[in-house]
Amino acid sequence: MTSNRAVVDIGEVDVRFLRRLASELGASDLSRCFQCGVCVASCPVREIEVEFNPRRIMKMAKLGLKERVLRSEFIWLCSMCFLCQERCPQDVRPPEVMTVLRNMAAAEGIAPPALQKLVDILSRAGRIYPLDDFTEDEREDRELPEVEPEPEFVKRIAEAGR
Amino acid sequence: MRYAVFLGCTIPARQMNYEQSARAVADALGIELVDAEFGCCGFPVEPLDEVKALSMAAMNLKKASEAGLDVVALCSACTEMMTKAKDLLARDAGTLRKVNKLLSKQLGTEYGGEAPEVIHFARLLYEKVGTDRIRELVKHPLDGLRVATHYGCHYMRPSKLYSEFDDPESPRSLDELVEATGAESVDYPGKKDCCGGGILAVGEKVAKEMTRRKLETLSQAGVDALVLICPFCGIMYDRYQKLIAGELEKSFDVPVLYYPQLLGLALGLDPDSLGFDVNSVRVDGLLEKAGV
Repeated sequence: MTSNRAVVDIGEVDVRFLRRLASELGASDLSRCFQCGVCVASCPVREIEVEFNPRRIMKMAKLGLKERVLRSEFIWLCSMCFLCQERCPQDVRPPEVMTVLRNMAAAEGIAPPALQKLVDILSRAGRIYPLDDFTEDEREDRELPEVEPEPEFVKRIAEAGR
Repeated sequence: MRYAVFLGCTIPARQMNYEQSARAVADALGIELVDAEFGCCGFPVEPLDEVKALSMAAMNLKKASEAGLDVVALCSACTEMMTKAKDLLARDAGTLRKVNKLLSKQLGTEYGGEAPEVIHFARLLYEKVGTDRIRELVKHPLDGLRVATHYGCHYMRPSKLYSEFDDPESPRSLDELVEATGAESVDYPGKKDCCGGGILAVGEKVAKEMTRRKLETLSQAGVDALVLICPFCGIMYDRYQKLIAGELEKSFDVPVLYYPQLLGLALGLDPDSLGFDVNSVRVDGLLEKAGV
């Protein structure tokens, strides 16, 4: 797996990626990361998938290794539990960094199809789980009120730029 | 008390037991829930496009504000998404510009900083109703029930976003809410652990293993139920419980209740109004033990 190669080739450093990352990060600041590993020690995903290493992702991003970071399948595996964010002594906010990296990867067309599908569903139906006739009937049986079946604003926002 | 109720996508279609019990409990406690024209909170699109996610959240804030109502959400991810949008768009002019550019182009409108209160249903019960009042209203104390709580992640984390209303490392609010019903809240190892629901779409194997570990612990601890407050966690621990157990050719037998279902029993509400028939894992034994 490319993300586990130990040797860093300085030629891989992408300065434009670093500039964009810095402007997108907002409150989180990768330069503060001193690689203590509290994020790894706190991570519930890491407990199961030992290859998942948020500290390494922070380091690779900080070094500007654009291709390695954005093409790593691991940026999609953070479960957003925010335990590392609570514990990080440097307020790096790893989950927020993950979101910025995911957005950058998606803009380059390298997002998991399953996530892309969610956006497609929203642009078509306005809901992740469409309220079909069967569901509407069940709601009626349970005396639950009618809800907007296909919120138009959700469709219009989801379909933007496509 | 009057709030616009935010259901999100999952609850009104797939977890009607949460909605049914929350509406029944709200009614019994004198909380008026108003249905507004909300849509997706934005959370599912955040990994691909945060601006789109924030735009959806902003539109929902706008709709609540136009209706002159504050928002109570049942789903923890919806609560976090809308709270974050409110916070971020108030202090980050660059992101606000991006959101408004998208909203103008797609909908001919803008987000003008509308900032209704956004609060999770469990936090509302804890802070605005209070456990003292709940104890007063309990007609059928659930004495003898041993219950484990699962807070999930987005209910009180990131703690700074939520003005640190509960301790992100050792939260108490849900345990106190459980104890107010007369049930015992049982501590267990891995209480803070995430259900895995957030990565189900991209890492199903890891997500299911995260779910399995907690179910294993709870099964060994012999609790009467796991009580939770988020539909993602509900789907993982309740709906996936059978699937995971089937794959392992074993059973966990851990009933999974939404907190309003437990509270509804203690308030003496008709169990038929609390949606127990939607629960995947059988709750008969639990109801019997609760004496209903």
